[in-house]
Amino acid sequence: MPEDWQAGGFGLYIHWPFCQSKCPYCDFNSHVAARVDQAAWGEALVSELRRYAALLPGRTLNSIFFGGGTPSLMDPQVVAALIDAARAGWPTANTLEVTLEANPTSVEAGRFRGYREAGVNRISMGIQALNDRDLKALGRLHSVEEALRAHDVARGIFDRVSFDLIYARQGQSMEDWRAELTRALDLSPDHLSLYQLTIEPGTAFGDRHARGLLKGLPDEDLGADLYDVTQELCAAAGLPAYEVSNHARPGAESLHNLVYWHYGDYVGIGPGAHGRITLDGQRWATSTERQPGNWLHGTRAGTPAETREPLLPADQAVEYLMMGLRLAEGVSISRFHRLGETPLDPVVLERLTADGLIAIEGDTLSTTPKGRPLLNAILRELLTA
Amino acid sequence: MTKLSLIRNFSIVAHIDHGKSTLADRLIQLTGTVAERDMKEQLLDSMDIERERGITIKANTVRIEYPAKDGNTYVLNLIDTPGHVDFAYEVSRSMRAVEGSLLVVDATQGVEAQTLANVYTAIDADHEIVPVLNKIDLPAAEPERVKEQIEDVIGIDASEAIEISAKTGLGIPDVLEAIVKRLPQPKEGDPDKPLKAMLVDSKYDPYLGVVVIVRIIDGVLKKGQRIRMMKTGGLYEVDKVGVYRPAMTDVEELGPGEIGFLTAQIKQVRDTRVGDTITTEKKGTDTALPGFKPSIPVVFCGLFPVDANDFEDMRDAIEKLALNDASFTFEMETSAALGFGFRCGFLGLLHLEVIRDRIEREYNIDLITTAPSVVYHIHMRDGEMRELHNPADMPDLTYVDHIEEPRIKATILVPDEYLGDVLKLCQDRRGIQLDLTYAGSRAMAVYDLPLNEVVFDFYDRLKSVTKGYASFDYQMIGYREDRLVKMSVLVNDEPVDALSMMVHADRAEGRGRAMCEKLKELIPRHMFKIPIQAAIGGRVIARETLSAMRKDVTAKCYGGDATRKRKLLDKQKAGKKKMRQFGKVEIPQQAFINALKMDG
Repeated sequence: MPEDWQAGGFGLYIHWPFCQSKCPYCDFNSHVAARVDQAAWGEALVSELRRYAALLPGRTLNSIFFGGGTPSLMDPQVVAALIDAARAGWPTANTLEVTLEANPTSVEAGRFRGYREAGVNRISMGIQALNDRDLKALGRLHSVEEALRAHDVARGIFDRVSFDLIYARQGQSMEDWRAELTRALDLSPDHLSLYQLTIEPGTAFGDRHARGLLKGLPDEDLGADLYDVTQELCAAAGLPAYEVSNHARPGAESLHNLVYWHYGDYVGIGPGAHGRITLDGQRWATSTERQPGNWLHGTRAGTPAETREPLLPADQAVEYLMMGLRLAEGVSISRFHRLGETPLDPVVLERLTADGLIAIEGDTLSTTPKGRPLLNAILRELLTA
Repeated sequence: MTKLSLIRNFSIVAHIDHGKSTLADRLIQLTGTVAERDMKEQLLDSMDIERERGITIKANTVRIEYPAKDGNTYVLNLIDTPGHVDFAYEVSRSMRAVEGSLLVVDATQGVEAQTLANVYTAIDADHEIVPVLNKIDLPAAEPERVKEQIEDVIGIDASEAIEISAKTGLGIPDVLEAIVKRLPQPKEGDPDKPLKAMLVDSKYDPYLGVVVIVRIIDGVLKKGQRIRMMKTGGLYEVDKVGVYRPAMTDVEELGPGEIGFLTAQIKQVRDTRVGDTITTEKKGTDTALPGFKPSIPVVFCGLFPVDANDFEDMRDAIEKLALNDASFTFEMETSAALGFGFRCGFLGLLHLEVIRDRIEREYNIDLITTAPSVVYHIHMRDGEMRELHNPADMPDLTYVDHIEEPRIKATILVPDEYLGDVLKLCQDRRGIQLDLTYAGSRAMAVYDLPLNEVVFDFYDRLKSVTKGYASFDYQMIGYREDRLVKMSVLVNDEPVDALSMMVHADRAEGRGRAMCEKLKELIPRHMFKIPIQAAIGGRVIARETLSAMRKDVTAKCYGGDATRKRKLLDKQKAGKKKMRQFGKVEIPQQAFINALKMDG
């Protein structure tokens, strides 16, 4: 019998923890360092990659994703070494997707060709806003003009270019966002990630918000209206939402992120990276030392700090539902029941269906367009019944 | 046994914060009754809740030996009485056990309503009263004005009031001398007559069983005697006789005029009724002391455990508390919405809060408290009269002839700048003014009010409109017919029985509207819109709509977020336990109590 992860595929995530500056909304594991010993980092990441390849031999690799931090600060040779090591460690799918997250500055655009030669075939650009005032407020180091130029460069080099925007920003009106999103869609991207600004504790915005100093954030109703108009404009432009915050022309979805949402296995390497790996039938949650200096030291010394927690059947079922219901395509009810111990409560399912929040068709459970923006509430209902 | 002429029994009458406990502490300290190192604040208030709230719930007593200036050593017995109106009957019994009172008035504040009620109780008990002005050391003290007020409002001579500062100890020796010189000795008592003792109060002690505070009228109480409670008929063998100094100290015997305690393997406080007469099993007295009255709960509410699994623990907690409190009643109740719980009866709102707090705190059980209700008299068409303790039990109106509700006489003392607000508040609560008089810059308003308008938040509102300067007291004056209706509340078209209440027909619409608005704030948004309605019978009198939640989704959720998001969901599962499910709607426990708090 195939193992559960095979329904989701297998991916590799590589974390580059460094940034030129820390953005006030960002709660990722990112650090500002004056000097990074690229060679040493490259070697350490490659040794980690090899360790996992030895642990999980023979799997077909579907995707590689360089995330951060700011991986577009990586030396193209380091990127090349890692991609080579991955190809040496695992057989790869014909459709192998290799994505690198990039900041849209001219300096970074200068490295794009090198990344392509290293084997990167998809770029995800953190443009975030198309007006300079908001870019500044979001702590970004680029201007709109520079971002658009970097985007042009990327489009000239890569077949697949996606970019991110953040909306529901301070003081942003419906009309502002409509105009900005229209301009973004006019660039005819085939993939867009559109995130509602979230104030996370432990960030600069989080602190300011706690002290009541973060003014002009939209309330729930405006937030919902902004979400609705996002769905409407993207669908009209041929980029429907295939996930809560991700839009693509059919066929242009991010294969790597689909591994997460399909609840496949993924190896996470680099400081603070998370993984899900199945070993001898048991699925584990892995995570590594977060602090870059400690991580590098431990890895080079041959003692990488990794914690590995076994996932109970119920945990796996919850994670599958939580990740899978983010997708417009929904989840397989029988797969959920195979994973976990507690079946979904038919009364709750019926109620949520009657309210137009979920749909069940055959074995597929999905959220409706009305239900998707209420996913957290739906999950609470489904999982606490 | 002490000679009658060397005994003085007294109580202290004072408003909260006027210094009763501090004065008691000073008297105990100055006479060396407690070693300096054992002094702690408020020696007499033993329960945590009493210390915390600055109120006395149970009567306490202490025996002080005082060598007076006349060369004799006197035995002074102080009974510290409950000070709150909820315990008016207990106060009156304690007062009957002593011959005099110190009336303590804060020289910076003057006489308060609560003082008035208790001082009248003392006067009713034929007490000699010695006025004491406390806090005389404060710059704001106005002894002359306050003396005038004592004479005007209470009508007793205040020319020889003793000026003290319980805090600094100033004037305390004068108080001790006044107790000896100005208060009378116990009226005749005969050690050779059959035992006749008054049951002043009792409390449960986990080691000794029930400890009974007694005042001996005639005869002698000794260890080993077989005693009989004249009202309850209980028979016991005395295994301990003693006095409080304030620690429990055994003595051989207690004679006429003396106050102390006994233990006799009594299992529960319920078997000892305040005001009962204790005599010997054989050759006892025939004549019980007059004035005994069983205590009757006047305020009822449902208490339900938030977590249904706590029900058995809650039963255990309630039974334990009832061991020490005969005035609190309970019976099991089942609510469609709240599951299993108890319908409990209390002497008043403070009593309710004290019991509820103790269950929550001492037994660690989260409770939902339903709307407090008074006892209505439902007169049926067939002539039967039913007592209604719970609005949910209201019979079909077609069989009801009329409904009567309990009324109180409320006395409110307030600085005159706030009088307008107080009168408006009483008016809004269907009050009928009985009297309005002035004493200095303070007004005394006396109102006839329905108890149901007072039970919930009247006192909170009064404090808020008068910035805490008003004082309030009440007594029950009987039942009167009025146009009362049962208002039910529907959330998402489902009736929530825990929120139904009896209201006056003319006030129903306002109450209904306020209730719906409150609930709209208190119930979190759901994934669908929720109508909230107040109705009388089938007629909706108020309606609000809680709009549907529109957005609750995590913007980013990738491989690195799975663990954290899963743990967050687990936490939210636990949070849901604090909610109650009504059909499809979850109502937080806090909503039940807060929905009833009216702003006007």
